[in-house]
Amino acid sequence: MSEILLEVDELTVHHGQLCAVDGVSFKVDRGEVLTMVGANGAGKSTLLRTVAGLHHQTSGTIRFQGVNVTKLAPQRRARLGIALVPEGRRLFSSLTLEENLQVGAHHAARGPFSIERVYELFDWMPARRRQRAWQFSGGEQQAIAIGRALVANPQVLLLDELSLGLAPIVIERIYALIPDIVAHGVGILLVEQDVTLGVGVADRVHCMLEGKTSLTGTSGELTSAQIERAYFGGEMSATSPPHESPA
Amino acid sequence: MSTLTNPTSADRGLLRVRRSTHSPVYTLIGSLLIVVLLSVAPWVVPAEWATVLQNFFILVTMATMWNLLAGYAGMVSIGQQAFVGLGAYATLFFALKGMNPFYTIPLAAITCAVIAYPVTFLLFRLRGGYFAVTTWVVASTAGIIIVNQGYLGGGTGKLLPGMPDMDPKSLQHLIYLVTGGVALIVVAATYFLLRSRLGLVLASIRDNEVSARSSGTKVTSARRLVFLIAAAGTGAAGAVLALSQTYLQTGNEFNLQWAAEMLFVSMIGGLGTIEGPILGCIIFFALQQSLAQQGAWYLIIFGSVAVAVAIWQPRGLWGAFRDRFHIELLPVGHWVGDRKSETIDRRSMLERLNLKRPKKPSD
Amino acid sequence: MIWLNVVIQGVLVGGFYALFACGLSLMFGVMRVINLAHGDMAVVAAYVAVFLTPHAHIPEVWAFVVVAPLFGVVGYVVQRTLIQKSIDRDPFTTLLVTFGLSVIIENLLLEIYSSNGQIVNVGELIVKSWHPQTIIYISYVSLAVLAAAVAVLGLLQVFLSKSGTGRLIRAVADDHEAAQLSGTNYRHIFGIAAAIAFATVALAGISYGMMTEFAPTSGGINLLFAFETVVIGGIGSLWGTLVGGIALGVAQQFGAHFNPEYQVLAGNILFLVVLAIRPEGLFGKRTALA
Repeated sequence: MSEILLEVDELTVHHGQLCAVDGVSFKVDRGEVLTMVGANGAGKSTLLRTVAGLHHQTSGTIRFQGVNVTKLAPQRRARLGIALVPEGRRLFSSLTLEENLQVGAHHAARGPFSIERVYELFDWMPARRRQRAWQFSGGEQQAIAIGRALVANPQVLLLDELSLGLAPIVIERIYALIPDIVAHGVGILLVEQDVTLGVGVADRVHCMLEGKTSLTGTSGELTSAQIERAYFGGEMSATSPPHESPA
Repeated sequence: MSTLTNPTSADRGLLRVRRSTHSPVYTLIGSLLIVVLLSVAPWVVPAEWATVLQNFFILVTMATMWNLLAGYAGMVSIGQQAFVGLGAYATLFFALKGMNPFYTIPLAAITCAVIAYPVTFLLFRLRGGYFAVTTWVVASTAGIIIVNQGYLGGGTGKLLPGMPDMDPKSLQHLIYLVTGGVALIVVAATYFLLRSRLGLVLASIRDNEVSARSSGTKVTSARRLVFLIAAAGTGAAGAVLALSQTYLQTGNEFNLQWAAEMLFVSMIGGLGTIEGPILGCIIFFALQQSLAQQGAWYLIIFGSVAVAVAIWQPRGLWGAFRDRFHIELLPVGHWVGDRKSETIDRRSMLERLNLKRPKKPSD
Repeated sequence: MIWLNVVIQGVLVGGFYALFACGLSLMFGVMRVINLAHGDMAVVAAYVAVFLTPHAHIPEVWAFVVVAPLFGVVGYVVQRTLIQKSIDRDPFTTLLVTFGLSVIIENLLLEIYSSNGQIVNVGELIVKSWHPQTIIYISYVSLAVLAAAVAVLGLLQVFLSKSGTGRLIRAVADDHEAAQLSGTNYRHIFGIAAAIAFATVALAGISYGMMTEFAPTSGGINLLFAFETVVIGGIGSLWGTLVGGIALGVAQQFGAHFNPEYQVLAGNILFLVVLAIRPEGLFGKRTALA
């Protein structure tokens, strides 16, 4: 089960003169969840967008199932099996729910996730399949966006800030899907500002601070104090206890 | 986004903010020399050359104004010919009332600004392409309204009355000098305008409109002022056009061809520079003269060059030259250290045109 | 009764305007490109029908069968090359480039074919018309063009809403970056949209040539009408385009009825009024202006 799906090596990405990602390396295996945590501006979303092909890297390589995809256009990467659920959902607002899924399925690979399967995962969808996407709530749109990515049957799913702007109970429901997805052998690269959420669902954690890797490890071995330090870069509280139970 | 260099601690004490890379004395002397040379030209060169120079001055006036509107204030208009026509017909109107046509020029400019004012209230609700085509609709409307005023000549046209009683040669020279004078005033005014507070406001709007607004800059007022100035300047060009042609016809004065020429000349010369439109006009007339026998081919070639320049070298010829050699004849920006802080960045222009969200340096 | 004729003439010409405008609307709706050379492309199609198709032994009236697909191909190529490069720069550049193309095309036509008026030969059809009342008369050619407009718009509507490619076009229009993430090459889809736009513009141009005399400079005024149609009807709705065209046509005919000089003016005024009161058009979506 530990086949390496995605391998990123020394990736550096600039926004104009600003270095958003600085020499970051990691890998994502089949069936595992790697969570990137970090504050706003740490470089996480830029990283995801670069892996998906929407942003050009300054240097570094990205390998997908052994193939170097660093120079490939975004739609080619999508067809190979890298699916990004972007920050802000980015649904096709004038299309219906079903049409959004159909577009996602247009270049789908063979696999377990069909539109019908997505309707099983989200049982509220079939009744509202003909509603236009802009009419749905934030949480529902997030679900549709995930569904749109799933129906392409990706090997690697990139999830960018799923929880942004959503109510806690909605976030819970969305995160409850992740084990399901992973069970089908999909590798997930998850970006989250909310550490508890992100670490809670992760197999491994990768912290970023101002574009650089500040801490990596499995979710089991990292303590919350360690992650806190890596997140903010330095001691936050003067009185942190010497020993912390694992996060 | 303007390109800023972060000063290192080494040169923090050595930061200089200057207007240009060379002493302004050179610019002054150079300009004076050119003005003197051009003033004596009609007595020295053959008559056809003088006519060409005259048309050159008129186009320089129009192009400088178009460039102010599009290159500095981000408003692409294909309807400036409205003000060419309105300026020309304002001259006719006042001349018919008994005024000496030469004195009508400032009046024509003011008339155009006055007419432009209410138009801005409609136009400014639009952006980008909608704005552009609507300016054209406005020009078309203006042309139709004028052509229906019988006393202004209607469909057939009218001769401009009231020209001073002089011998033809002296009259020609006078028209030449006035045309050149208008061009000089307009270019100089644009130069000083852009170096003034308004220029700074325009640069800040260009860089980031939202920030500019939120820091109190009156964005819309600034835009409106620029639009009015451009209308006035173009109107003045229309007025001297009327003087040089003397027979006015709406088909001529309101012709879309003016828009095409202003646009091509500015694009090829370099948007957002003062020298650019002038350079573009020089190339235009050189081309026109050398291809004079071939009908419309000069326009076809010129248009093709303009399209090619827009796609492959959007800074235009002067812009490319300036960036390469760091020479400016008429500097309107600032140099910090020795990198230019005022760059006509394509991205900031389109952000200003409100057609694309500025790229946030996200996570 | 005379007013009925005015309205009928307005509807007939409105159908033509809608046919003309749908390509413009498509290109703007999908790729945010206002093709200022749109009108001139139509004129080129008319010239091709009059001067070039006879070489293939096709009677001018059937030229559209060949010219429309040809223009579709041309549209795809022009989009993938020139226009895409301009889009990649910024919208400013697309305006300048399409305007430049428009001027180039007009002057090329002027050089090659002179400024004489031309007309597409439809044989006797041009003089035939229907006189239901003494004052009302409906020319067969105009009626055919109206029917063609409705058919084209209807087909296009069905294509966009029911077919897979149509769905991709709509998706790309909404968010081309998200479409990429779903594996769609949006540039190719842009090309298809442009191909459709150019094919319809060819039909419109040939229709125009059948109805009136055309010359190299005819493109300009027709672009104006197409744009006014799109604004009045609203972006994003093909039926809106039909309504917009008819509204424009009727307004113009009313204006012309008072004074022939006022025909274009009346249309301009309607346009400016709609722009002032409801800029997104009668059937348009608010977001279309951004």
